[in-house]
Amino acid sequence: MGEKGNESILHLTALELGKRIKAREIGVAEATRACLERIRSADGELRSFITVDEAGALAAADAVQGRIDAGELTHPLAGVPVAIKDNICVKGLPATCASKILWNFKPTYQAQAAQNLLDIGAVVLGKTNMDEFAMGSTTETSAFGITRNPWNPDRVPGGSSGGSCAAVSSGEAFYALGSDTGGSIRQPSSFCGVTGIKPTYGTVSRYGLIAYGSSLDQIGPIARNVSDCVAALEAISSHDKKDSTSVDREDLDFSSALVDDVGGLRIGIPEDYLGEGLDPEVKKAVLAAADTLEKKGAKVERFSLSLVEYAIPCYYTIAMAEASSNLSRFDGVKYGYRAADYDGLHQMYKKSRSEGFGPEVKRRIMLGSFVLSSGYYDAYYLKALRTKSLVKQAFDRAFAKYDVILGPVAPTTAPEVGKSLSDPLQMYLGDIYTIAVNLAGLPAMSVPCGKDPAGMPIGLHLIGDCYKERNIIRAAYAYERTRAAELPPGFAA
Amino acid sequence: MSKSYETVIGLEVHVELATKTKIFCACSTAFGGAPNTHTCPVCTGMPGSLPVLNRQVVEYALAVGLATNCGINQTCKFDRKNYFYPDNPQNYQISQLYLPICHDGFVEIETAQGGTKKVGIHEIHMEEDAGKLIHDEWEDCSLVDFNRSGVPLIEIVSEPDMRSADEVMAYLDKLRLIIQYLGASDCKLQEGSMRADVNLSVREVGAAKLGTRTEMKNLNSFKAIARAIEGERRRQIELLEEGKPVIQETRRWDDNKESSYAMRSKEDAQDYRYFPDPDLTPVVISDEWLEAVRSRQPELRTEKLERYKTQYAIPEYDALILTGSKALSDLFEETVALCQKPKEVSNWLMVEAMRLLKEAGKEADDLVVSGAAGGSSTAPAASAGEAGAGDGGGAAGGAGGGTGAAKAAPQTTNKDADKGDGSGMASGSGGGAAGGSGGGEMTGGAKRFKFSPAHLAKLIELVDRGAINRTVAKTVFEEVFASDVDPEAYVEAHGLGMVTDTGALLKTVDEVIAQNPQSVADYKGGKEKAFGFLVGQTMRAMKGKADPAAVNAMIKEALGKM
Repeated sequence: MGEKGNESILHLTALELGKRIKAREIGVAEATRACLERIRSADGELRSFITVDEAGALAAADAVQGRIDAGELTHPLAGVPVAIKDNICVKGLPATCASKILWNFKPTYQAQAAQNLLDIGAVVLGKTNMDEFAMGSTTETSAFGITRNPWNPDRVPGGSSGGSCAAVSSGEAFYALGSDTGGSIRQPSSFCGVTGIKPTYGTVSRYGLIAYGSSLDQIGPIARNVSDCVAALEAISSHDKKDSTSVDREDLDFSSALVDDVGGLRIGIPEDYLGEGLDPEVKKAVLAAADTLEKKGAKVERFSLSLVEYAIPCYYTIAMAEASSNLSRFDGVKYGYRAADYDGLHQMYKKSRSEGFGPEVKRRIMLGSFVLSSGYYDAYYLKALRTKSLVKQAFDRAFAKYDVILGPVAPTTAPEVGKSLSDPLQMYLGDIYTIAVNLAGLPAMSVPCGKDPAGMPIGLHLIGDCYKERNIIRAAYAYERTRAAELPPGFAA
Repeated sequence: MSKSYETVIGLEVHVELATKTKIFCACSTAFGGAPNTHTCPVCTGMPGSLPVLNRQVVEYALAVGLATNCGINQTCKFDRKNYFYPDNPQNYQISQLYLPICHDGFVEIETAQGGTKKVGIHEIHMEEDAGKLIHDEWEDCSLVDFNRSGVPLIEIVSEPDMRSADEVMAYLDKLRLIIQYLGASDCKLQEGSMRADVNLSVREVGAAKLGTRTEMKNLNSFKAIARAIEGERRRQIELLEEGKPVIQETRRWDDNKESSYAMRSKEDAQDYRYFPDPDLTPVVISDEWLEAVRSRQPELRTEKLERYKTQYAIPEYDALILTGSKALSDLFEETVALCQKPKEVSNWLMVEAMRLLKEAGKEADDLVVSGAAGGSSTAPAASAGEAGAGDGGGAAGGAGGGTGAAKAAPQTTNKDADKGDGSGMASGSGGGAAGGSGGGEMTGGAKRFKFSPAHLAKLIELVDRGAINRTVAKTVFEEVFASDVDPEAYVEAHGLGMVTDTGALLKTVDEVIAQNPQSVADYKGGKEKAFGFLVGQTMRAMKGKADPAAVNAMIKEALGKM
């Protein structure tokens, strides 16, 4: 199979490929090789991946093919190659979280979300790059190099699931798993022109997801269109007794919401999300998308969500507090990086952690430790918890009136590489539209809705009430039908 | 000493619970496995692993809380206590600070003056144990064994209500008995399944304010606790007499040197940065669940003591000893159930069993009731919880992970014990409660004496129907005690049965009389002692297997004829 054949395979959607595999028109190994070749040619520049498991993927492809042929695997995504973010444990593959401190860590256990994918016959290509421990919005804090945006290598892909989004956008993988603590699926999806869903907290098991902010973290799929994304979401969602925060949902049928009909759907646009700091091009594209949905029968109106300005300090207080504790297990004692020279236990801890963690992670550990320390706990952490419940109440009020909240995913399109890290506060402000969703545990997604004059993608943010993924999927699907799919220049046919 | 001082003591008691599996994973809690064999990603704190609460831990904590008159926080939470130490794989311990499961209880102790006194319980909380560090001085390195990591503990925090070492001992003994009776732990200080930290301060008698306290750690026997209290009391008084302040600090007791040294002062005290563990949902204890646990509470020591005196007509002193150990009382009751002879059973246990235990340097708690007999009258407190409560029983209203999600997240808890093992909790026999497990002859590396009520009952029956005499019975009891032999089979195999052949007995009596003319003469001369000598000689000739009453009668008859 030549480059041309590969190109035609790679331009299929995940579901189309699944169908062709089922019809014996394309072999699983063939599809896997196409991805691996694409990775080989593109990833030198993009660096979407930290680990590419060529041998493992090819072996898995043969095994999956056998099980498809035997009629054991019938899922629509059976045999379709997938990329998995490097904070999600896949047994036998490194799980570095893009950190030096875990540079040699190989889990002996499987994340439940990864297991669910293996169960339906997914072929795992490798592990994708990310911001170190998912702390960042650009995938520049990785200890394994910066991931580039497939639409323009001078731009960041967003983060923290930047590797997964770049891989899907550039054809290195048909779909991918990411994780979203404060927008880490939606924001890079928006920057890379792909579709990503962060489901309701508790829908996908967190077992095997290396925690950043446990009460906010949620795994979700990233794909090239809404249907692929929904199929992947159905595949990974499950009630897991190994995760105490996993919810036993009966309504895990998301596919049936893929109907081109938004008649009567009540959509609210928070005025708070259209104010100062929002790039006019982004605003234009988002409002145009709202108009499109209105023309298709949705009832669209603007409203005031309130409390938006408190969401950022509240989010960072909680996420950093949890992170400071979650990351304390990385101490050089049991696995991962240990400093070469040290004198005594205390110094071993200190040097291993000082050398093993990058600056953004250290900043968050320190801030998190501070807000939990005695004398400050009430003023910071406890206040943040109270604010969190107020944020949730604000959304409850909104969802009494609307089925879907619509807005931008990020204030701007993807910034240039090297422009963000010097001003962390500015970078944190970039999360303003996404983090409240995590605080309230809501489902939300990013769907491509245009490009800015520089040709960088813009994402439409659709937020639903808890357990109401179907509403946002319905809006996303109907909207998607009005646009032609776009691929980045280097990958477009 | 110019002034008189009062000692004020509060205790923090850690108790290792008798669950089969750990508090947050399904690993075994069995003691003594090869290092790091009872471990999994959860109890070694591997990244991405998550804790799932063992329901049995909640039930044991509830049982102890109810038995110590505590209030129950029907919505309680787990918090993380953050500190770095290599025996703590996550570098935080999952414990309870803000909303512990039980609060504001008390136990009543008997004072030296013969009265009773209430010792307040501030709270009881659930937490996980840490692993064990082994310092290899030869290799100059430290090794970590995580087998104990995640073993469930409850910490019982008392109010500063005790005033002497005696009161502390009485309090600890009270707790130990309550918990043992509940089957929640075997409470062995030496083996670490019960550990106590002593908070102590002194003040002048009549002073309203409490003095500055110190916390004493590393106390692993009752004697060490008593010595440490005396030592610390003396040290603090000396400081005050010299006009020096007592420094608030944690001290480590060295029982060999009988002195303590400072570990860390208040200034060095770590800031544990407690916060609610986001990986665990709040524990919601429904009224039904609480009532179920309450209804399963077994008879505790005080009630049992009364019952022994009335139902079995056992003297107070004997009843105190018998009920002073859960194992002993189980053994007693199960044997009585089989033979209906409480006095006899009590005598055997009080005299022979206690003597043999003393000779072996053991205590009544080292007895293990072997499972041969039928059900005990006292089932472990929480045994039915495994099957009965199910997931629904405690299903929580608490929202998942604090998201405030509209739909209630189910309270996913793991269930204790391997489902395949039907014997353990389901049997409800004393074995499960006392030994921690039916076959647990070795616990904490210490030999325990295991014998079956059926064998003691059999022994009593053999004596009763005259198949063996009392002297032989004592020998047989030693064998039952040491290796749980079947007394009937043992008597048979060793030819210890009573000689009932009157002819053989008469012949022996005649021979003894013939061989001891002096004794016969002495007897005739009025020396009663000589009679006993002749009986003794006859018994010896019969190798002890004759009925002493029959021998008495025969000798009397033979001498009368002379």
